[in-house]
Amino acid sequence: MKLALNYRELEGKSTGFWVLLGGLGLLIALALGATFHMEHSGHYVTGMSNQIVWGMPHVFAIFLIVAASGALNVASIGTVFGKPLYKPLGRLSGLLAIALLAGGLAVLVLDLGHPDRLIVAMTYYNFKSIFAWNIILYTGFMAVTIVYLWLMMERRMNRYYPPAGLVAFVWRLILTTGTGSIFGFLVARQAYDAALMAPMFVIMSFAYGLAVFILVLMASYAWSNRPLGDAVLYRLKNLLGVFIGAVLYFVLVYHLTNLYATEHHGVERFILLDGGIYTKLFWIVQIGLGSLLPLAMIYHPRIGQSRPAIATACGLVIVGAFAQLYVILIGGQAYPLELFPGYEVTSSFFDGQVNSYSPTIWEITLGVGGIALALLIVQVAVRLLRFLPDTLEDSAIDPHAAAKAD
Amino acid sequence: MSDTSRKMDPSRREFMSRAGATAGAAAIAPGVFLTAPAVAKPVDQPVTSDKRWGVLVDTSKCADGCTACVSACETENGWGSAIDSEKRSNPEQKAQWIRKVQIREKATGHVTTLPLMCQHCETPPCADVCPTGASFKRADGIVLVDKHICIGCRYCMMACPYKARSFIHEDLKDQKPWAPRGKGTVESCTLCVHRVDTGGTPACVEACSAENHNALVFGDLYDENSEISQQLREHGGEQIRGDLGLNTGVRYRGI
Repeated sequence: MKLALNYRELEGKSTGFWVLLGGLGLLIALALGATFHMEHSGHYVTGMSNQIVWGMPHVFAIFLIVAASGALNVASIGTVFGKPLYKPLGRLSGLLAIALLAGGLAVLVLDLGHPDRLIVAMTYYNFKSIFAWNIILYTGFMAVTIVYLWLMMERRMNRYYPPAGLVAFVWRLILTTGTGSIFGFLVARQAYDAALMAPMFVIMSFAYGLAVFILVLMASYAWSNRPLGDAVLYRLKNLLGVFIGAVLYFVLVYHLTNLYATEHHGVERFILLDGGIYTKLFWIVQIGLGSLLPLAMIYHPRIGQSRPAIATACGLVIVGAFAQLYVILIGGQAYPLELFPGYEVTSSFFDGQVNSYSPTIWEITLGVGGIALALLIVQVAVRLLRFLPDTLEDSAIDPHAAAKAD
Repeated sequence: MSDTSRKMDPSRREFMSRAGATAGAAAIAPGVFLTAPAVAKPVDQPVTSDKRWGVLVDTSKCADGCTACVSACETENGWGSAIDSEKRSNPEQKAQWIRKVQIREKATGHVTTLPLMCQHCETPPCADVCPTGASFKRADGIVLVDKHICIGCRYCMMACPYKARSFIHEDLKDQKPWAPRGKGTVESCTLCVHRVDTGGTPACVEACSAENHNALVFGDLYDENSEISQQLREHGGEQIRGDLGLNTGVRYRGI
């Protein structure tokens, strides 16, 4: 049966709306201030160094970029895989993908040694560099998703959106493959240099993006007093459970493979056993709080039906995501380069030592600003354009429930 | 009305022929200089792949505690203690183009010291990953950073197996004209390309010889008769992380 859903802009007249808008704006302003400080003084004001060259801004940026591609999954399931339940969510899914990517790219660019040379990055390409490819993949993803959204939202163009949805779906898979390959292609570092990085990042994007999507969906509907039915929410949270399990599987395979190879025992011991903060983040935050606990909550027969519990589970997945990226990014750099296997190495440049890193307030402020930018884009867009259906009640979106109601 | 059939004034003809001869001589003269034997590659000619510059480090001659090569590089290229800048960066953030590394074999306890710098790989991972092409390898094997198009993303530092690269974390002053270092860009050993291009040898190699250690030999790896090629042929030479197959320009003996 044909569903007639009515999409409508948010009214945006409540105090809460303006407080949120102002709060996000303030966070963005603070991030710009932090960027100015870092760029004016130089990166010596950050915790990053010649030993840990990528820090907190990169954790935030990669989280946002990975989550962006994952956020589009909901639209893809509706358009590419033809699941009617997901179709009403397609617009928000596309919007969130664009917004998260914009936030992530902003952080990435503002952390560069020379953000003023953005035009150089766009005019000089080394096509052997996965970074250069990513610049094309990211901007292309934005363009493709904007077209996809337009075709979806413009009634006269509606019949053309399925092919655009397919293009966007394939593009997002390639994009996350590119992001994972940033690490997969690093031959010299013990923690990276694995083809598994690319598919693992794709799976991570599924979980991260869906967790963000569910939270934004719940918040939008709760704060605008629009009905959000159990059917759609339970379907989404069950899917999130599958994705969390899939990420765990990839993490397991990654570590098992490394544990099998003697040359990787050092880095595995560091991450899994005696790496201090990295070991704690891995076991307690990434695996415990970020994976097993939300899995248990989602599939628990009673807790899994509770909306606060579902929201908490999504929040935990995001916290776990940050821990996972921190362990991969910072932990992977903290472990020393293996220059002379079988030797103890010392030098004035900290060879053979575990490198230390403490993120500064500037780096964290910049990263938080990226999240704020993403959310601000979403908030303004849903206020100005018709992204959200009036209702997501079970009878409105679930054909079976609707059929029963008829 | 002018008389066009009038014969040319002899004095004017003489002037013109002399002037022509002078101009001709002036035009040819630079060519005459060009034929003089040149030691180094002329600055207006491109670098060719006929040469592959390299350094051989004999670790048995590299003295423990000696840092002459490091000091010479600092003075030559204006980094580290040689200049009064990078004062606000902490030790982890300060640039190091070349460093002395001590390695101790776990099984035997045997200790070796050696200088470590950019290994000038034939297939440099830094140049592979650089999004703008700022990291590049010259035809003669020297790996450099074009500071004009380096955006400071530090991906090259993630990719370098030798931690040979440094990012500049603050404003600098009093840079050397041949080593334009700057905040927000990445830099590393240039193999003293400014010296090499004028027929010289890198400062580290010179300093090691001046100390009478002679642990460093610089030369053309493609020239069979060069000292570096002869020594490599006779004694062999190792590459650090040779398993990566990068075919480094810097080779080591005794590791």
